[in-house]
Amino acid sequence: MSIISDIVENTKAIIKGMSVTFSYIPKEKWTVQYPDEPVTMQPRYRGQHLLHVDELGREKCVACFLCAAACPSDCIYIIAADDPRAPEERTGVDERFAEVYNIDYGRCIFCGYCVEACPKDAITHGYNFELSVYNRADLLKTKDDLLITKQKQSPNYRVAFADEDVDSEYKEV
Amino acid sequence: MHQVEVATTQETLLDSPEMVLNMGPQHPSTHGVLRVILKLDGETVIDLDCDIGYLHRGMEKIAEHRLYPMIAPYWDRLDYIAAVSNGLLWVETVEQMLGLEVPPRAHYIRTVLTELNRISSHLLWLATHGLDIGSFTVLLWALREREEILKIFERQFGARLTCHAWRIGGMPNDTYDGFTEDVTQFVDNFPHRLAEYETLLSENRIWLGRTVGIGVISAEDAIAIGLSGPALRGSGVAWDIRKSRPYAAYADMEFEVPVGENGDTYDRYLVRLEEMRQSRLIVQQALAKMPDGPVNAKVPKIIKPPAGDYYHSIEGPKGEIGCYLVSDGSSRPARVRVRPPCLINLQALRQMCLGHLVADVVAIIGTLDIVLGEIDR
Ligand code: SF4
Ligand code: SF4
Repeated sequence: MSIISDIVENTKAIIKGMSVTFSYIPKEKWTVQYPDEPVTMQPRYRGQHLLHVDELGREKCVACFLCAAACPSDCIYIIAADDPRAPEERTGVDERFAEVYNIDYGRCIFCGYCVEACPKDAITHGYNFELSVYNRADLLKTKDDLLITKQKQSPNYRVAFADEDVDSEYKEV
Repeated sequence: MHQVEVATTQETLLDSPEMVLNMGPQHPSTHGVLRVILKLDGETVIDLDCDIGYLHRGMEKIAEHRLYPMIAPYWDRLDYIAAVSNGLLWVETVEQMLGLEVPPRAHYIRTVLTELNRISSHLLWLATHGLDIGSFTVLLWALREREEILKIFERQFGARLTCHAWRIGGMPNDTYDGFTEDVTQFVDNFPHRLAEYETLLSENRIWLGRTVGIGVISAEDAIAIGLSGPALRGSGVAWDIRKSRPYAAYADMEFEVPVGENGDTYDRYLVRLEEMRQSRLIVQQALAKMPDGPVNAKVPKIIKPPAGDYYHSIEGPKGEIGCYLVSDGSSRPARVRVRPPCLINLQALRQMCLGHLVADVVAIIGTLDIVLGEIDR
């Protein structure tokens, strides 16, 4: 008798537990199949930096070193130079421009102070978060990696529009 | 207490049947790089010692060489699970030293997001604690809810973990459009989710067997060691900085401080679950009362607090996290000292573990809810 009631009790308990499990199967999945599917970044996300250019393709940075001074981890390295050519032919918007602009991503803590400090809106945070490298030296990014015209954009993410509710489907109970 | 006497005898290892076992630093259940040196009699713990410092980054020293605003992002890396409340600690310390009046709206937003951070920290605790004790489902479920909070953080601060949430005198941005809806949606769904965890765990026989009566610490001992946070409240001491020395907008909030009775792992589990409910209520109240207005005070360009020292502490998810700041009147602090709740809570580990099995050490480390980033700094 006790064996039978034990079996009945245990079966009931298992059915009760598994019913919760099975009730989850038809529901919306929460996981994202990254990198097969792109992940969605939010508009304010702070990823790898972008150095911006104006409408003529000239670099906006005037090498004022304000970003380097604001950086808590000393990871911005700039060498300033003068460009005596006519305004249309210059590399930058101003005579003075950054000949070398390096950010060491081994040190950067993605705090955003450089972006806040820049008076020319020359540097902003992009959305690239895929910064892993095989070689530590490759974490040093130069202007070739940072300029918005040269930075390679990964297909593995997209950026949400500011008013887009990207995850509402996941929030139903 | 007989066990303690055995533990303190200095017998050579080879002459005795005791065994010394290193748990960690590479061990999944030590929640980071903590090395616990166990002295065992069979499977019973008769003594233990903790070896810490593997994650030491010299934060307090670094802070002496940085301008005041620059230190804020470093503070996120103390207890990286609770970056928002750590950041709040730093900016409030400097603000109070400067005598800055922060606008009420900033205080309310800080309250909302710090409480969300407390929920996310407790959820991660529940997830990993459950996993340590052998409940895998709760890991996935708790991380799912945490993900919603992290999404709110990503939208508001621009980062999920090391948020760098606040600036001295206010915050970098006002809330984004849809902030209230996002948070309301989360707090509306949350009780249902908590109920799910409770069905999974609270009356689960395995869970009860692994937690009831494990790692008991009495209220007197807890106070003597200096425990704070849920670890202290689990022993029945209703001590909460949010009540005793309110900061941000907590003075206007109504909430209860849950306490346990027996001071065991199960009571601390119940206390944390109840704290999540209370945090949810605080978030609701703060959202309802949220005033309009600016979010930034007028801050001097170069921040130079007057010479002197100041101590400020807040109730972090893990306990009382405090910051002692000495200024010499220059733009860099002369000395910064953090009162790390996890380090002090960890001091109770030996007393809690004596006489228990090795498997219970895992449960007790989990229930203390330590983060090594803050212990080692
Ligand atoms: S994000 Fe912060 S750490 Fe990184 S380069 Fe900018 S200021 Fe420096
Ligand atoms: S990026 Fe901006 S702040 Fe930095 S040197 Fe160029 S202009 Fe100055």
